[in-house]
Amino acid sequence: MIHSLFLINSSGDIFLEKHWKSVVSRSVCDYFFEAQERATEAENVPPVIPTPHHYLLSVYRHKIFFVAVIQTEVPPLFVIEFLHRVVDTFQDYFGVCSEVVIKDNVVVVYEVLEEMLDNGFPLATESNILKELIKPPTILRTVVNTITGSTNVGDQLPTGQLSVVPWRRTGVKYTNNEAYFDVIEEIDAIIDKSGSTITAEIQGVIDACVKLTGMPDLTLSFMNPRLLDDVSFHPCVRFKRWESERILSFIPPDGNFRLLSYHVSAQNLVAIPVYVKHNISFRDSSSLGRFEITVGPKQTMGKTVEGVMVTSQMPKGVLNMSLTPSQGMHTFDPVTKLLSWDVGKINPQKLPSLKGTMSLQAGASKPDENPTINLQFKIQQLAISGLKVNRLDMYGEKYKPFKGIKYMTKAGKFQVRT
Amino acid sequence: MTDSKYFTTTKKGEIFELKAELNSDKKEKKKEAVKKVIASMTVGKDVSALFPDVVNCMQTDNLELKKLVYLYLMNYAKSQPDMAIMAVNTFVKDCEDPNPLIRALAVRTMGCIRVDKITEYLCEPLRKCLKDEDPYVRKTAAVCVAKLHDINAQLVEDQGFLDTLKDLISDSNPMVVANAVAALSEIAESHPSSNLLDLNPQSINKLLTALNECTEWGQIFILDCLANYMPKDDREAQSICERVTPRLSHANSAVVLSAVKVLMKFMEMLSKDLDYYGTLLKKLAPPLVTLLSAEPELQYVALRNINLIVQKRPEILKHEMKVFFVKYNDPIYVKLEKLDIMIRLASQANIAQVLAELKEYATEVDVDFVRKAVRAIGRCAIKVEQSAERCVSTLLDLIQTKVNYVVQEAIVVIKDIFRKYPNKYESVIATLCENLDSLDEPEARAAMIWIVGEYAERIDNADELLETFLEGFHDESTQVQLQLLTAIVKLFLKKPTETQALVQQVLSLATQDSDNPDLRDRGYIYWRLLSTDPVAAKEVVLAEKPLISEETDLIEPTLLDELICYIGTLASVYHKPPSAFVEGSRGIVHKSLPPRTGSSESAESPDAAPSGAPPSEQPAVIPTQGDLLGDLLNLDLGPPVSGPPVATSSVQMGAVDLLGGGLDSLMGSTSFTAPSTVVPASLGAPLSGGLGDLFDLAGGVGTLSGSYVVPKTVWLPAMKAKGLEISGTFSRQVGAISMDLLLTNKALQVMSDFAIQFNRNSFGLAPAAPLQIHAPLAPSQTVEISLPLNTVGSVMKMDPLNNLQVAVKNNIDVFYFSTLYPLHILFGEDGKMERQMFLATWKDIPNENEAQFQIRDCPLSADAVSSKLQGSNIFTVAKRNVEGQDMLYQSLKLTNGIWVLAELRIQPGSPSFTLSLKCRAPEVSQYVYQTYETILKN
Repeated sequence: MIHSLFLINSSGDIFLEKHWKSVVSRSVCDYFFEAQERATEAENVPPVIPTPHHYLLSVYRHKIFFVAVIQTEVPPLFVIEFLHRVVDTFQDYFGVCSEVVIKDNVVVVYEVLEEMLDNGFPLATESNILKELIKPPTILRTVVNTITGSTNVGDQLPTGQLSVVPWRRTGVKYTNNEAYFDVIEEIDAIIDKSGSTITAEIQGVIDACVKLTGMPDLTLSFMNPRLLDDVSFHPCVRFKRWESERILSFIPPDGNFRLLSYHVSAQNLVAIPVYVKHNISFRDSSSLGRFEITVGPKQTMGKTVEGVMVTSQMPKGVLNMSLTPSQGMHTFDPVTKLLSWDVGKINPQKLPSLKGTMSLQAGASKPDENPTINLQFKIQQLAISGLKVNRLDMYGEKYKPFKGIKYMTKAGKFQVRT
Repeated sequence: MTDSKYFTTTKKGEIFELKAELNSDKKEKKKEAVKKVIASMTVGKDVSALFPDVVNCMQTDNLELKKLVYLYLMNYAKSQPDMAIMAVNTFVKDCEDPNPLIRALAVRTMGCIRVDKITEYLCEPLRKCLKDEDPYVRKTAAVCVAKLHDINAQLVEDQGFLDTLKDLISDSNPMVVANAVAALSEIAESHPSSNLLDLNPQSINKLLTALNECTEWGQIFILDCLANYMPKDDREAQSICERVTPRLSHANSAVVLSAVKVLMKFMEMLSKDLDYYGTLLKKLAPPLVTLLSAEPELQYVALRNINLIVQKRPEILKHEMKVFFVKYNDPIYVKLEKLDIMIRLASQANIAQVLAELKEYATEVDVDFVRKAVRAIGRCAIKVEQSAERCVSTLLDLIQTKVNYVVQEAIVVIKDIFRKYPNKYESVIATLCENLDSLDEPEARAAMIWIVGEYAERIDNADELLETFLEGFHDESTQVQLQLLTAIVKLFLKKPTETQALVQQVLSLATQDSDNPDLRDRGYIYWRLLSTDPVAAKEVVLAEKPLISEETDLIEPTLLDELICYIGTLASVYHKPPSAFVEGSRGIVHKSLPPRTGSSESAESPDAAPSGAPPSEQPAVIPTQGDLLGDLLNLDLGPPVSGPPVATSSVQMGAVDLLGGGLDSLMGSTSFTAPSTVVPASLGAPLSGGLGDLFDLAGGVGTLSGSYVVPKTVWLPAMKAKGLEISGTFSRQVGAISMDLLLTNKALQVMSDFAIQFNRNSFGLAPAAPLQIHAPLAPSQTVEISLPLNTVGSVMKMDPLNNLQVAVKNNIDVFYFSTLYPLHILFGEDGKMERQMFLATWKDIPNENEAQFQIRDCPLSADAVSSKLQGSNIFTVAKRNVEGQDMLYQSLKLTNGIWVLAELRIQPGSPSFTLSLKCRAPEVSQYVYQTYETILKN
């Protein structure tokens, strides 16, 4: 099971260590540093590193490496999932997860970690249970604690921990009862030179924010549940009901949680909401290259595409670029060779474009690789897969809650090859 | 007001100041001080000097302060064991607290204090907590048993905690069940022999029920435990699968993968015709695809596992090629894995798409990735014949880019394409030759030289090209040198007139000026071949090479089956069985081995240890129990072994002392005689095959007339020995006993470094010489070998008497089997007794030692019987005819000096004989009778 945890910042300092069994010397991280040195970028550090006596499993998030040390055969996914859960918990507790925040709250962090694992076995990882055990710091509570001498450690056994619904605590009370659901879809796609789709898939999630009194039992039904053939549920969802009736039936956790994530694969036709027209040419003889891209809407179901951002990693041979955008701001960093163009909204009547020249290294042969264009965008009030919620009902409680559903489509890893 | 204030230090000395604060009267100040101590601890500062002061703060009603002190204790108790005892009273008291949270906290913390003395005090509170009314306390206590076991395993067993833990599997609370399973699994991992998780249909049912209700982590433990269960039939397997499938929709990827493991394993038991089998296959694809949209670290582990799944059951993901297309901002470790899977999924249907992608990747920035992409194109060509032409033209396009590393990779793969499709694409050689100068990597140089040598007759200036390489011969790497040597010899055999000088130059460079034994040996072999028999040389060097296949990079089936059982574990990430790298299990198995006695060691096959070092000091090659377990798992998983009934039985766990020392030293001597790296692996198959044959001839034995030889039977099936199959028999010729073996490599990798050793046995049989296998054994190659035996080994009575336990080692692992040898190989040539002596002895042996047997269905005359038996050293002392019956009086002598006297009564016309045996050691009679049977009936 998980032996120890080290937190390492991007400059290679270990700024926190926690051991659940015997103490493992921090020199074990030297193997990690070696791997880190070999990898050109932090993202490329391999997640599983063997050392003579231990294995190091790491995740890299918020510019921090979370390195777990294990000694015996343990499912690595279990460790990595757990590490991600640790990061999520920190974020939940402190709003952001950064070295500064962790150092500022080191005692709480330590107490939380101790609650999450016992002898390397996960103990409590549900945020609402943890929060009952160790109360998250707030300014008010800190002040109160200082004056009254009370603590931020709960002294009662969390009620939810052993109930049939471990994710929900009892005795929840709200004056305004509300339940909001966000259907968010991300399109991952690779578009080739000629504009045809090589692969496209949709990763969708339904995130919920439920603030309801008591023990409400919710059902959520869809207009077109057939779209969902590849789904992962929050443990609260009753699987049998889904299998037989295609209805989500659940007692929700209190607060924010991810109800469901789903995947609409390449087999089904995935609509591509934007296109990119590009003309990037290097010539062998000249030290100037031409650069022109235009972004336009494609299948948007009549909605506006906004928050468009174009980034591209230019070849090493490009010294500088002189470009004029028809709208938005653009920057080119001659050191990292990263071009980024913040386009904003796409107006279908007047398509945004970015044109100009590239100055290339004189005398060098033309670059072998063509830059790939990375696209970000957002479309409000649209789930590109066509998924629609039919209705949300509540049983078990008497009051009438406010209900709301929002849809949004975003670009995930959306790449256009040139 | 943040915790960072705890890090500020003062000049006076931090420790000193903290000490004062810890002993302060004010509660608030105390707590702040403890927080400062903890803060220092988290960054790795040593604050152990404050131990007594911190422990003094333990007796408090303030839960936060208590927890903080506990945190400190866990970290430092080990360094201050005597002081830690001070804390015991508080723990014991807390275990009685009315608040379950405090009870659980106390038992949990106590388990984390890894001090021997404390563990004694822990037993009573732990026993209470295991039976606590509150499930939260019980589940914490379950984990505590695992902790305690880690510190003092004996104590846990003595106190009967393991049984209590087993009882908890039937607990009413699913969380308690999950933790009990987790604790038991952890204990079982360090003690593979203990049969802790004794799974039966009832307990499986309980686990499946708990599976639906416990936390995600508990589900992982339960699923991993289920995967070790062996359903009794396909119906049970199916019903478990049905109950596990819903887990595939879990949000936690570790749960999903553990469920996949259970399903992949139990699917083996389902018939492919079953509707359910098809449904299950369909259900497996979506969750695997979903894993690929998770964070990159999770993707990596998922991809490594998918790699195994795709090899085992390609049909699951055959339509999902596109999800493995690489995104340019994927981390490199994800990119490389995706590429690998793309090749595995490549088929005629999707090859166009795949090639287009690969060509795209070959222009990316990352050098490692580009290289692998180029290689992938070559692998596609080899895998999908229809695409070969397109692949070659793609590779030529890439060579035209003149990007150095792309060109080199392309040449390496084109060499493989030539091997797969001979006489098809040689037109491109000219283009390749243009790039000769830009090659600076050994592998690419070696590949190019191989091409030049192989197609020397088509390249006009082949001699010039090779000569240019020869100039810097000594600066080249071994790989290139070996290739150059072979290429020039090939050239000479093809164009002998112009290249005599060249070949002499390279032979002298290789044999006289080189320190490398491989190079020298190969040089000498060529030299001798060329000088003694050029025709033979031509046959050997220019022999037709077997075609290479795409399978070379597949994991061999036996290993793959084993790895499928380990889906989701580290083993699946490394693609190695856990026994190959998990340190914990190996170390612990070592400890549990019975001590070996020196005396029996030294008596064991003296030839085996030529170094003369006392065997007891040598590192022993000991099988880890994991190995055996792994193999057993394999066995159960695969289809039943077909073929002739096998006279082997797997070695029991108890017999691990089979191999004392000695094996390593044995290895030393064999590896000296057997050049294990005659050829570089990339071109290995053809040449080593040829060499192997050559040696075979030399080592072959003509069969002389001698004792009856039982036909060879399979002793060690390939299933059990990672692809090595051994069949064999025993023979005796002119007083020399030998074991005739047939070793077949059914794996996909070359085997080398063979060695053999026997366990002590009833007659002291031992190998008289090391196992001489001169060349590595290439895949699907068979070698026949005769191993001389003697009977001076150490003696231990076996049951059955003629049981022989054998260990065979190769570069992959150590394997065990046992076999029964026919007793007549032990019958001495001097076994004929004088008549007088026979009579006297017959009378002298008490009658209760006489044993009578019937030999039926043997229509032989007395003379025929007599001569047949004499061949196997059973001598007829006298023959008499009494009342129409032929009586044969026979004698034989075993190698250990035991005489056996026999009276064989033959009734003419009746096919049944009566055999009476008299011997001072009556237990051998049974086996002598068996020998009579075998000899007379064959």
